[in-house]
Amino acid sequence: MHFYANPTRFLKLAKWLTPLFLISGILLASGAVAWGYFMVPPDRLMGETVRILFIHVPAAWLGMAGWTSIAIASLIELVWRHPLATIAARASAVPGAVFCFVCLATGSIWGRPTWGTWWVWDGRLTSMLVLLFLYFGYIALSSSLAREGQSSRIAAIFGLVGAINVPIINRSVVWWNSLHQPPSITTGGSAIDGVFLWPLLAATIGFSLLFGAVVLMQMRALLADLQSEARLRRKAMQAEEAVTA
Amino acid sequence: MKSGLKPKHQRLVLISIALIALVGAALLAAYALRNQASYFYVPADIESDPPQVGQAIRLGGMVEVGSINTATDGITTNFIVQDGIARVPVQFAGILPDLFVEGSGVVAEGRMEDGGTFVADNLLAKHDENYMPKELEGMETAQMREALEASVE
Repeated sequence: MHFYANPTRFLKLAKWLTPLFLISGILLASGAVAWGYFMVPPDRLMGETVRILFIHVPAAWLGMAGWTSIAIASLIELVWRHPLATIAARASAVPGAVFCFVCLATGSIWGRPTWGTWWVWDGRLTSMLVLLFLYFGYIALSSSLAREGQSSRIAAIFGLVGAINVPIINRSVVWWNSLHQPPSITTGGSAIDGVFLWPLLAATIGFSLLFGAVVLMQMRALLADLQSEARLRRKAMQAEEAVTA
Repeated sequence: MKSGLKPKHQRLVLISIALIALVGAALLAAYALRNQASYFYVPADIESDPPQVGQAIRLGGMVEVGSINTATDGITTNFIVQDGIARVPVQFAGILPDLFVEGSGVVAEGRMEDGGTFVADNLLAKHDENYMPKELEGMETAQMREALEASVE
């Protein structure tokens, strides 16, 4: 890990990893969604609405994975004080929040015909909404700290503490009676038939690659920002010296 | 005093202890919320701890096969919700959700009446964790039933 913690080495790696993730992600995600929308048969009970699964499930997974990466990066930042970890945490926040929102929106659209309601306050839905608000809080906090030029340590603590919500989301349908169904895919196997499972798996990998590409792009942009800022500061100092001399 | 730990290891230990305490607190809170955070009661809960008559609650379970009866007025439906342990008769007047069929999961919002009947104001269909195309329906009915039952435990 320490080897790639060096920003120069990281940028070198990110430079060819970004297009790789982006192109393979676009191909895989669009292919899987097309597969799910045009080639998969309707579900025995839900009918055509089952197709929303191929967006909803990857979005839910990435909404939670986004916060998990914020938490891991925050831990590395707090313990090893590595600046690249700060940037990684900040870069994961916006794409994570977007996927979290997509998950809530598609779930709501699916819930109306399936359950007969747009929204209920059960364990799963409520904890996912809390995750979206945590994202908003984290984005506001980390960007304001960066703008003021202050240490991002508070944002890192927030990222770590907020991670407690991720296992709660995951377990909510097991711990409490909820309107949302219990997990379909467990270590014991899958209750999803193969015709739905394979496109779902492909969509999940595809959207995850897209997520990775966006995070890498964001990290490169944030690093470039820092570099240009440092360069401007150096120039301003040199100009000042020239005036006083 | 010179500590034997490097600063970064000290931070790691401190943060680990803080995280363990936090996770512990959250697990305890989640455990304490077990009943309060549930979206609905199952018939077994109602049998073991009957709610007050007229108190607004939600009842969830499986619609018992062969129990759906439409009253002569055409809008009132009577059926039985069961969870394998207990059964509660339910009365509902209104439009039924599309997924409301015998043997499916349902969540009813309403209240218990004097005679032990649950009067529902609103019905929500509960989907289970199984996803299966129409062509395969009936192939593994026994297995599906088992899973449906498990989803309301």
